[in-house]
Amino acid sequence: MDDILEILENNARIEIEHLAKLTRKRGEEVKKMIKNYEKRGVIVKYKTVINKSRLRDERSVFALIEVRVTPQKDVGFDSIAQRIYRFPEVRSCYLLSGTYDLLLFLEGKDIQEIANFVSEKLAPLSSVKGTTSHFMLKKYKEDGVILVKDGKNKRLAVTY
Amino acid sequence: MVSKRVKKVSHSGIRAFFDLVLGMPEVISLGVGEPDFVTPWRVREKAITSLEEGFTSYTSNKGLKVLREDIAYHLKKKYALRYSPEDEILITTGVSEGLDLALRAILDPKDKVIVVSPHYVAYPALVELNLGEVLFLQTREKEGFKINTKKLEQLLVKYKPKAMILNYPSNPTGITYTENELKKLWRVLSDKEMLIISDEIYEDIFYKESHVCFASLKGAKKKVVLLNGFSKGCAMTGFRIGYACGPKEIIEAMMKIHSFGMLCAPIISQIAASEALKAKKEINLMVKEYKLRRDFIVKELNRIGLHTVMPEGAFYCFSCIEKFKLGDLDFAKALLLQENVAVIPGSAFGISYGGFIRISYANTLENLKEAVVRIERFLKNL
Repeated sequence: MDDILEILENNARIEIEHLAKLTRKRGEEVKKMIKNYEKRGVIVKYKTVINKSRLRDERSVFALIEVRVTPQKDVGFDSIAQRIYRFPEVRSCYLLSGTYDLLLFLEGKDIQEIANFVSEKLAPLSSVKGTTSHFMLKKYKEDGVILVKDGKNKRLAVTY
Repeated sequence: MVSKRVKKVSHSGIRAFFDLVLGMPEVISLGVGEPDFVTPWRVREKAITSLEEGFTSYTSNKGLKVLREDIAYHLKKKYALRYSPEDEILITTGVSEGLDLALRAILDPKDKVIVVSPHYVAYPALVELNLGEVLFLQTREKEGFKINTKKLEQLLVKYKPKAMILNYPSNPTGITYTENELKKLWRVLSDKEMLIISDEIYEDIFYKESHVCFASLKGAKKKVVLLNGFSKGCAMTGFRIGYACGPKEIIEAMMKIHSFGMLCAPIISQIAASEALKAKKEINLMVKEYKLRRDFIVKELNRIGLHTVMPEGAFYCFSCIEKFKLGDLDFAKALLLQENVAVIPGSAFGISYGGFIRISYANTLENLKEAVVRIERFLKNL
């Protein structure tokens, strides 16, 4: 992967000028490359990883839902996947090999909201053969970022 | 009570500067000689497992056979170098012990050893503690801090030294040598009755082509003691684990001293080191990060007026401060007190290098960026 993408994947808020220095390119060139990546859909979105468990007032419930579906003629899983991932409650949707077909990541304000979504919107779909829900108890790591507090750097401030 | 030999070894004023830095909690330190990364998890996990499995005993004085075999395999694969795990490889407690053992094994009182300057602080001290005499071979900034072979030849002819300590990529300059440059050096050294002690601890942290091991030069192996370890490349400084490879006779002599003084390197570190030799991916990621930082910091230092030779390895810059008409220690103290940024005065690495400071970029980009802002402000107020 290109250096620019690697740095942005880790820190989307880096200033263009700094990014240019790191990659030994001119600022204008970096801007142009980023625009191009955005246009091609390589860069899809700039998002922030938020550790919601640290927010006092805003608690959410996360769940993983395994979904077994019946694939449809000509379109396979794509059509049913599309029907499902368009629901705003669905944060992520993956097609997997194994004992079930789709894996969904859901976020809701409480267990009831997620249960309602599964029983009222997901399970009744004609292509859905069955679901298994798992509620998340604690997030340790997300998108490569460790969410639990890491210890301070333990090095001495000066050494040879 | 303290021996004359120990008293003789100089303890410069830099220690007081270090104490000053250690007393300032919020300092941005560019003075650290070790990686800012933690040891890769797979290596730490291996160490934890070894404890769980009850590996808490001594090992053979030479070190675990499996580790010696892994090192032999690594050197064969990377440099086509063949060392016998039986009698040409010794596991040491870091390169520092390896260097001490090598010097103790070969030096008689007043034997001369060439130390290339600027140099890692321990080199002359260890030579002196082993009753040897240091011959400083000074390199110059305008020659890219590389060895001038004519000067080397003069020293060799005049003093007939017993050994020479090489270190590349170098601490403190970050410079290294291409294969052709090393061949040129070897041509000067090859017909002399002496040992080359090659400290290649920064072997993995290399930004251009790839590191060339001195012992891999044609005909060199029999006159070289290769010192290496896991501290820098695999961020394992606290494990204190390294190795020495060399001619059977020298390794045997080093082993004799090691077996009485140290017995063996810690078994947990030896097991972890075996795993570290497999952590190529993790090491490459760290090197990539160092390279980004190097590109940033060297360009910035030169822009703000601190002339800096482009380092090709390790994680140090050796920047020139001569034009600011301030001694290195005063410069470092003022920078620390005014801007809370710590660097190491150049004279720590050789008395003739008071016109330089060592800057370590083993630090986060955010800190490096902030440090540049502060140093620039400091220089403007000078």
